[in-house]
Amino acid sequence: MTGMADTASSGGDTFPKILLHNAKVFEDRTAVREKDLGIWQSWTWSEALDEIRVFSLGLKELGLKPHDKVAIVGANRPRLYWSMVAAQAIGAVPVPVYADSVAEEMAYVLGHAEVRFAIVEDQEQVDKLLSMDEAVPTLERVIYDEPRGLRDYDHTKLHGFTDVQDIGRGLLASDPGLSSAWEAGFSEANGSDLAVMLYTSGTTGRPKGVMLSFDNLIISARNANAFDGLNETEEVLAYLPMAWIGDHVFSLAQAFTAGYCVNCPENLDTVDVDRLEIAPTYFFAPPRVFEMLLTRIMVRMEDAGRIKRKMFDYFMGVARRAGEKILNGEQVPLSDKILYTIGEFLVYAPLKNRMGLTRLKVGYTAGEAIGPEIFQFFRSLGLNLKQLYGQTEASVYITLQPDGEIFGDTVGKPAPSVELKIADTGEVLYRSPGVFVGYYKNDEATRSTKTEEGWVHTGDAGIIAENGHLKIIDRAKDVGKLTDGALFAPKYIENKLKFFPNIKEAVAFGHERDRVCVFINIDLTAVGSWAERNNVNYASYQELAAHPDVYRMIESHVDQVNRDLSKEPMMAGSQIHRFLILHKELDADDGELTRTQKVRRSFIAERYGPLIEALYDGSTSKHIRTEVTFEDGRTGAIEAVVEIRDLAPHAATGKIQEAAE
Amino acid sequence: MNAFVAKDELPQSVPATNSDVLLRVDNVSLAFGGVKAITDISFDILKGEIRAIIGPNGAGKTSMLNVINGFYHPQEGTITWRGSVRSKMRPYEAASQGIARTFQNVALFKGMTTLDNIMSGRSLKMHRNFFWQLLWRGPAEREEIEHRRKVEDIIDFLEIQAIRKTPVGRLPYGLQKRVELGRALAMEPELLLLDEPMAGMNLEEKEDMSRFILDVNQEFGTTIALIEHDMGVVMDLSDRVVVLDYGRKIADGSPEDVQKSQAVIDAYLGVSH
Repeated sequence: MTGMADTASSGGDTFPKILLHNAKVFEDRTAVREKDLGIWQSWTWSEALDEIRVFSLGLKELGLKPHDKVAIVGANRPRLYWSMVAAQAIGAVPVPVYADSVAEEMAYVLGHAEVRFAIVEDQEQVDKLLSMDEAVPTLERVIYDEPRGLRDYDHTKLHGFTDVQDIGRGLLASDPGLSSAWEAGFSEANGSDLAVMLYTSGTTGRPKGVMLSFDNLIISARNANAFDGLNETEEVLAYLPMAWIGDHVFSLAQAFTAGYCVNCPENLDTVDVDRLEIAPTYFFAPPRVFEMLLTRIMVRMEDAGRIKRKMFDYFMGVARRAGEKILNGEQVPLSDKILYTIGEFLVYAPLKNRMGLTRLKVGYTAGEAIGPEIFQFFRSLGLNLKQLYGQTEASVYITLQPDGEIFGDTVGKPAPSVELKIADTGEVLYRSPGVFVGYYKNDEATRSTKTEEGWVHTGDAGIIAENGHLKIIDRAKDVGKLTDGALFAPKYIENKLKFFPNIKEAVAFGHERDRVCVFINIDLTAVGSWAERNNVNYASYQELAAHPDVYRMIESHVDQVNRDLSKEPMMAGSQIHRFLILHKELDADDGELTRTQKVRRSFIAERYGPLIEALYDGSTSKHIRTEVTFEDGRTGAIEAVVEIRDLAPHAATGKIQEAAE
Repeated sequence: MNAFVAKDELPQSVPATNSDVLLRVDNVSLAFGGVKAITDISFDILKGEIRAIIGPNGAGKTSMLNVINGFYHPQEGTITWRGSVRSKMRPYEAASQGIARTFQNVALFKGMTTLDNIMSGRSLKMHRNFFWQLLWRGPAEREEIEHRRKVEDIIDFLEIQAIRKTPVGRLPYGLQKRVELGRALAMEPELLLLDEPMAGMNLEEKEDMSRFILDVNQEFGTTIALIEHDMGVVMDLSDRVVVLDYGRKIADGSPEDVQKSQAVIDAYLGVSH
């Protein structure tokens, strides 16, 4: 036991050891909160230890063994986070799974991982798992958190979370030495042991199980904490999928290593209100969350009174002029400084309060490119929003924007202890302590991704700018050429389109074709609000998407993108010639997006083949019938006639303008 | 500290023994002037079951529900509630005896929030009188907190936390229906009457609602009588079905039996009368 205390005092190299350490050092500090029945319930670090200990003992009693895989399925709940550490304490490996994936997708992952135990949120997940008997023959026990609706189920392989804890509690009561035996059980484990397996969302092909060791996660987490000066006083909101590496690192690895508090929202729809109440100090969100926040503010300002609107416009002007400079610590005129202070009082502080970002110390966004004006909006309010670039295979961190070195078009400098290089093909490679152990049962994929020297292929094409910052252009394999030889970077074009609030998603085509054409998804919130103000009636997404006025509006956006592209010598050749607005929203349930909401290009190309054909054969409209899948796996169909519009490209003006300037 | 309501805090489920008749309707007839809405109908509702009342438009289903909850008084026939024949009864008396209902067209307080609407379902359970409420501190406050807890359980149960503070007038139809169900549940009824709970819903909303109805039945042991047009829903949910047509009962039995009945097929496909 004395040896135990030594490792604990240095923090420890596995999560169970860090847990013991935190329970000792941060004892009565709040470790976890969850909103339940409208009230925030909290657990201190020592209470969390108690909960985890009895659950872990219960798991062991039910037969969980070292190296067993344990599926974790559900929304962010304290008990599910505890389950991961409880399993690790026995030497088992948690495998968090995307809770909203349909049964077939989930069955593949669970079968591939050969899980023996599954710890799930509620009846919905229990039903899903029980239907997978054949696909997952190894699955022996299912443990659920929320008992509702499960009362009459056969409980031979099904257990309630509290029932398992009761087993552990009973054992502990009858044998006082059990607690130290439990601690001794994981004192042998070390940082090189397997900590967790996370399945990548599978932009291409079947998901792969990324094996990460404790060292991968803990060293990366400690580096990140040091980089932004995070400590035990931080508050984060755990609302992103638990199966995603980001959440695993922000809500578990960094929370454990820094000792900060993780807040679980009441449910996924209440995140906005919950964020308001918690006011996180460290906040990660994909760009679409920031987009949505901004859209919502703008929509509400449209409805605000004249004085308020005037005041908002005026002070946002001040913020645009001076806000970012003040945040970066640069010089601004005294008058701007004074105006900014008044603005803080009248506009910025109330705005930040509405968004629940009042206490924000540092915020990150990643995953997709964020619109420069969106990014600037938040920074000009004095919010330290930054971009990072990461991957599951890297335990998140590859590059980070350091404070004061924020450039909209780059993703920052290499994170601490990360080495970066660009291959001849333009692909970005990195080497770091966070580099994954390998893909589970897939040595071939491991070899093709990770070189013998430990360099990992990101699959992204990028360049390192003169200031040492990395700039990502596109997925390496997606960058193509038009038939006339012009460079075609679809994501670059799509992102430009998506920066318009009215456009939610775009898919560009052009590789080995004579011109660029795009599919567009409108944003129902933004366009819906526009429709309301302009007395446009519609009954469904489909109807709104086909409205002539909507088409006219989108056409002007596409034209604007073309104008921007025409100014860039490299991109002028890939201006958009034709576009259409899709009759349905792209949806992960239909396999069109990944679970992290990224476009699955090849799948879409196949599914909407007739539409692509129509884009290139010159027809002005096309009838299409699409199968759709509902959440429960049932299918239906949507039919529509989709209109196609032509645009005249702008003359390439890049060079000329440069000369004029 | 638990993340959810412990089992023993929920109202205990009542084991459904088949001999337990909760409500019996005997030879009931109802007429409005010369129009006969219901003619000589008899059926019973057993404790703990889900009983569906179906039939084509104008068959008298809603009238039947209105008779059960005391809104209409039948000219003939008797209604036996929990073993005793019921005299003329006003809707609020029926409510205080444990019968709650939802309506075909949503009947909520549009300007009030979801929370307040469901709280209003507790009004019959409030014991402190007006003066206590006026004094507020002490017993009235404690009572309010207790009721709020129950309401939060229901909000959690129906997964409507996100709209707790939203005025119901701003909610989409499917959610309003769910709030209405919440308000009926707040009364902790023994018999819950649902008048077309799925009307105007899309497939996903219907599935959610079906799940809630089943859960209410299983978790709270609430007996449910529902009117519904979606035959798939009726056949999946209900234990027994009674079929009305032109104010008369034409079939009564398990979903399978009813589906096979020639009279029912005729009523739905239409034959001349």
